[in-house]
Amino acid sequence: MSQNSTTSQHEPFDHPFTGDEFGQPIIRLDGVSKQFGDHEVLRDISLTIRAGDTVCLIGESGCGKSVTMKLMASLLKPTSGHVLWDEVPVEQRTDEELVRDRLRFGYLFQGAALFDSMNVFENVAFGLRQNTKMSEPYMRDIVAQRLMDVGLTPATASKMPSELSGGMKKRVGLARTLALMPDIILYDEPTTGLDPIMIDVINNLILKTRKRRPVTSVIVTHEMTTVRKVADHVVMFYPLSRLQPGESQIVFEGTPDEAFESSDPRVWQFVYGEAGERMQEFAA
Amino acid sequence: MNRNCYRSDLTFFGSLRTIRADVRDVCLVRITDREVMPTATVPPRASIVHVIGQSTIGFVTTVGDLVLFTLDMLRWLMRGLPRRSVVLQNMYEVGVRSIPVVLITGLFIGMVLAIQGYAQFALLQMETRLGAVINMALVAELGPTLAATMLAGRVGSAMAAELGTMRVTEQIDALRALGANPIQYLVVPRFLACFLLIPMLTAIADGIGVIGGWLLSTQSLGIDSTYYWHHSTAYVTAWDVWTGLLKSMFFGAAISMIACYQGFHCGSGAEGVGRAATSAFVLSFVAILVLDFFLGMFLN
Repeated sequence: MSQNSTTSQHEPFDHPFTGDEFGQPIIRLDGVSKQFGDHEVLRDISLTIRAGDTVCLIGESGCGKSVTMKLMASLLKPTSGHVLWDEVPVEQRTDEELVRDRLRFGYLFQGAALFDSMNVFENVAFGLRQNTKMSEPYMRDIVAQRLMDVGLTPATASKMPSELSGGMKKRVGLARTLALMPDIILYDEPTTGLDPIMIDVINNLILKTRKRRPVTSVIVTHEMTTVRKVADHVVMFYPLSRLQPGESQIVFEGTPDEAFESSDPRVWQFVYGEAGERMQEFAA
Repeated sequence: MNRNCYRSDLTFFGSLRTIRADVRDVCLVRITDREVMPTATVPPRASIVHVIGQSTIGFVTTVGDLVLFTLDMLRWLMRGLPRRSVVLQNMYEVGVRSIPVVLITGLFIGMVLAIQGYAQFALLQMETRLGAVINMALVAELGPTLAATMLAGRVGSAMAAELGTMRVTEQIDALRALGANPIQYLVVPRFLACFLLIPMLTAIADGIGVIGGWLLSTQSLGIDSTYYWHHSTAYVTAWDVWTGLLKSMFFGAAISMIACYQGFHCGSGAEGVGRAATSAFVLSFVAILVLDFFLGMFLN
């Protein structure tokens, strides 16, 4: 693999954050609310993600975790409030700056969101083609390397997404996310719909990625094994419809151990998977 | 707005002796407490004024959104062309793969015009002028509108469905996350393909329609070929051909923008995608006819 054969517009392999930046706020949501038409999903959320941390966002389906992640990556605009990257509001960036800075984020989508019309190679190489001018042989090396990183053989490269299983799609999605060597990786339900072995494979890949490079990770998950295994911090969201007026939508922030020892019934019911009095809602 | 109804006033004082005991037990409802019965929200019945108002607001909003979407596309087009491979792929899909259907429709429309026109012209003993009417109708109106309709049906719906599926499966978000602008990557190439290739499809429809009309008129209906062409060339001018091709460019632009807009704004799930594909065709067809009318007025 010869790195000399490349000339890049934006070098994807430099590491914009250094050792000094560890622990500094890298993403901050400041009083963010999000509404879709009349439907309010998030209300006045304030949350800080620090460089080098692995944060799991947990909570019931529909409570706004994925929307929060999309707001973090500026794939959605907040109805009110501010999203700050490195303490600079996103809206202060020009279009070009936004595109450039967004490349620091890798986003693993819930259904992998592989491009149907492209094979695995083209999917993984997409970000490299779009943002660099690297030579074809070098790009092939990188794609093969990323596929191997996620436990796939280079022979997978010629397959179309429709030929892959759910677990393979997630791994190709992860390879595509890692191709641009992001500093911040956002995983949207990376283990949903997978068998227990594949869940552990994905958990280990998340750990391996973090071990190899000092990335910041935000993971939306319902899987408590993922929380126990990879999270430094846990943030629990609660649906707006169940909150009392004035109550914060973030009902828990702390370490995984604290989450599992929480006295708040909303938290322990969720982390231990117990419906409790919620069953009454379905008995009616 | 949650409206409550109070049942306390509901007291049945009818002549209970006259009705059956079991029915009487049901009817004997006397609620002294003001029992609150929350009921489902019943929307007020919309009057014709409401309907017209809502439709007007919806129409103006959609047109405004479509105009902003088009301006956004033009802004990204000015910033630079997308990758050649992406544009060529779209051109192949829009242009090359539309040729068979355009050939078939063009040929048959030319022949149908000959059959329909012949009976009338024969009554006036002006059969040799049939060519002028067929060719004028083809190059000025039917060629451009038919090619555009075929494009809207074959390509416009497919575009809306493809982009709608990409939206529903978060592929459009994935493009943005990977440093590509979805408008530049998805909309600009489709616009270019439709805008640049529809005149060629129109020319093909015109040409094959003229040949179809001529073949049927001279070989089956017995019209003399020399007079057929003589009257045609005297009546149909180059301006008529050019205006037809020019109109088709507006149709192509409208089809691509409506289809992409519908795809980008489609609802969730399979139903949303299906609805976007249908709307793309219906709206494109309406746009073709409306544009044809106004361009016809302007160019003539």
